[in-house]
Amino acid sequence: MLIAIALLTSCGGSENNNEAASTSESPSTHEGTDQKKPTENKGQSSVEDGVSDANALQVAKSIDDFSTLVAAIEAAGLEDAVVNAGPLTVFAPLNSAFAKLPEGTVEELVKPENKEKLGFILANHVAPANYPIKQLKKEAKKGRKLYMASGKYLAVENKDGEIYVGGMKIIKTVKVSNGWIHVLDDLLLPAED
Amino acid sequence: MKSIFKPMLSVVAASMMLASCGPDLGSADGANNSVMANDAASKTYVAPGDHDEFYAFISGGFSGQLAVYGLPSGRLFRVIPVFSQDPEKGYGYNEETKPMLNTSHGFVPWGDSHHPDISQSKGELDGRWVFINENNTPRVARISLETFETEEILEIPNSAGNHSSTFVTENTEYIVAGTRFAVPAPQKDMPIADYKGNFKGSLSFIKIDPNEGTMNIAFQIRMPGFNFDLAHPGRGKSHGWFFFSSYNTEESNTLLEVNASQNDKDYITAVNWQKIEEYIAKGVGTMEPAKYAHNTWNDDTHIATSVMEDEVLIINPEDVPGAIYFLPTPKSPHGCDVDPTGEYIIGNGKLAAALTVHSFTKMVKAIEDKAFDGDAYGIPILQFEAINYGTLEQPGLGPLHTEFDTRGNAYTTFFISSEVVKWNVKDLKVIDRQPVFYSVGHLMIPGGNSAKPFDKYLVAMNKITKDRYLPTGPEVCQSAQLFDITGEKMELLLDFPTIGEPHYAAGCPAELLASKSQKIFKLEENKHPYVVKNEAETKVVREGNEVHIYMSMIRSHFSPDNIEGVKVGDKVFFHVTNLEQDYDVPHGISMIGANTSELLIMPGRTETFVWNPKQEGVWPFYCTDFCSALHQEMQGYVRVSAANSDIQISYTLDDEVPGTEEDL
Repeated sequence: MLIAIALLTSCGGSENNNEAASTSESPSTHEGTDQKKPTENKGQSSVEDGVSDANALQVAKSIDDFSTLVAAIEAAGLEDAVVNAGPLTVFAPLNSAFAKLPEGTVEELVKPENKEKLGFILANHVAPANYPIKQLKKEAKKGRKLYMASGKYLAVENKDGEIYVGGMKIIKTVKVSNGWIHVLDDLLLPAED
Repeated sequence: MKSIFKPMLSVVAASMMLASCGPDLGSADGANNSVMANDAASKTYVAPGDHDEFYAFISGGFSGQLAVYGLPSGRLFRVIPVFSQDPEKGYGYNEETKPMLNTSHGFVPWGDSHHPDISQSKGELDGRWVFINENNTPRVARISLETFETEEILEIPNSAGNHSSTFVTENTEYIVAGTRFAVPAPQKDMPIADYKGNFKGSLSFIKIDPNEGTMNIAFQIRMPGFNFDLAHPGRGKSHGWFFFSSYNTEESNTLLEVNASQNDKDYITAVNWQKIEEYIAKGVGTMEPAKYAHNTWNDDTHIATSVMEDEVLIINPEDVPGAIYFLPTPKSPHGCDVDPTGEYIIGNGKLAAALTVHSFTKMVKAIEDKAFDGDAYGIPILQFEAINYGTLEQPGLGPLHTEFDTRGNAYTTFFISSEVVKWNVKDLKVIDRQPVFYSVGHLMIPGGNSAKPFDKYLVAMNKITKDRYLPTGPEVCQSAQLFDITGEKMELLLDFPTIGEPHYAAGCPAELLASKSQKIFKLEENKHPYVVKNEAETKVVREGNEVHIYMSMIRSHFSPDNIEGVKVGDKVFFHVTNLEQDYDVPHGISMIGANTSELLIMPGRTETFVWNPKQEGVWPFYCTDFCSALHQEMQGYVRVSAANSDIQISYTLDDEVPGTEEDL
């Protein structure tokens, strides 16, 4: 699980590097999805046990409005990270959020050469922590920021009972087995620093 | 000088060999055995992520446990705690499982596990339960093959040294428990020297409920004071009979290594349990007072209960004529094994120069013909010639146990000559013999105790390993050795260490169990009296000097995690529920200064440990299982004040009382 964190954070850490093919390959190689030899060497996202509560990826996949997000997660090779024991709090943009981006942006991001950049953007939507809405309200009250898997910090605000993260409003919350999904209608695009 | 020099040289040579043999083994131009080794390696190699073809449940012997391995890889997956405490899993340490180890002698934290056997339907493995016996404090246990946890332990009264056990009949009607050390039955104060004629050997028949698997002693046959050693049920044509080997028919009470080897023949006892059932239905048998623990796990409450039973049905052999016979068998037979057809009963006389094969058909005829050779304590002794099919002459030294394949062959272990011998039962001819390393005891073919063995592999279980592995001081491991038995000759594939001493084992195809293996416990079905279903229900309650903490755990915190108002001298109960509903996300908990083990709590389960704080201070507790990325943050504190302190109980999570957070 430490490795998984390192993996998540390393996506952010290499943000300014020009993606060398070898580094952008490393996450998926580690998870084994690219390996052909041992037959069943797939990552945790391939595990179906039939009784556990659904994890973040399984929930996202079950909802049509998350199809762009799921495609992005797959393009970034982050399926196994999203099902990790976590705990993870995912701020999940709807398809409509992606649709707000300039035309062609999503198509560009899911290209293999942009895998690292996409991974960093997605990591900025995940906090490696357990934040139910009640906890977010507390964070807002106490002025505590959320530390995201991208390495960035996001502010939490409570405006008349509505919770905003990084300036974007949470419109719905779903409990998942490995944490929480808070639904957004906007992307949390990290500032270029 | 020479005598000093020689051993030194040999040490140098040996270490050179060790150092050089690694690289040589894999090289293409290596010796002949490297080709063999590579072939064996490919047969036992299970690629990362691939599963083994068979489960093997190998007895942990004096560890008291049962170990689960994969075949052909020999990888150890799990140690199931059965008769001994297991601090890794909290078994026998937490309040819920302590009753599992209760006996008529009180709490016994250790046992000597021996002979596992998997439940059967119509003579074939059905994979519902595995049973195993305990020798020292006579007990039998039932283990669920869904949870891989011990669900029931039943003590056997009027018994000592429960060795002749467990051995499932073909529809799991019964398992048995035969007494290895004859004792006064019921126990009483008497001179040891008066053993002969007064001590008894009980043969207990334990009825298995066909639906729930629960065990109850249906009856105990009060036999003469022989040492009942092993047993085997009949099957097919001999279904309804049970065969027990015995030694010390001399009824000696001292220096048995000499005195129990005097008789030319001892007996295999043949018991017609179906006939005894008929007698019992007619009112035969005497209910006698007895005291024995019956411990049952409840998967709704997640708590075991121990009930002290107070009577047992005793059957005296003279009351059931026609149901019990002695089959004379040379020289202290140890293993007593019945082939898959039910026709051949093999007696492995451990001191005999030959293996004895009895015929069930001939036995039935001998009974009809009353071909008796007198009796012992009123039990007819059948004439050896009338029941004997034949003998396998000079097969090896020190025969112990026999298993079978589906092709009419038997495989027998020889302790003294350290070998496994394959022989044809009908022809009584040796086909192959292979050395084992060293001094083999039991052997196991998956399904070998059923009508349908899965005869691809054979596991030989060795008592002595000496130089087979890297040395680890004076105590070295026991081992299992895997043979491929698909060909005419057995081929040694793999050597792997075992836990404790591997007395017998049971194996089955992985597909029989894998799909039904339990993943989590449903939180909504948890009926533990101290369960919490969510964090809002967590609390701390003082009842006199008892403090009950209703605690929850979820990635990655405890609720509550700050507790004050506990005092020196209190008895603090941590009742901890894992709220996770996700496969393979257990949490652990341990408390500094608690005189017990950690708890390792599976998703949806509640467990309890007791802590007696002895010193004032602020004492941390933490999660012991690397549960999540924030596992290291999963911790909390208990403040302990002086015994006369007036600090009241308080508890919080993130500075608030769980369940009473202000509306933000």
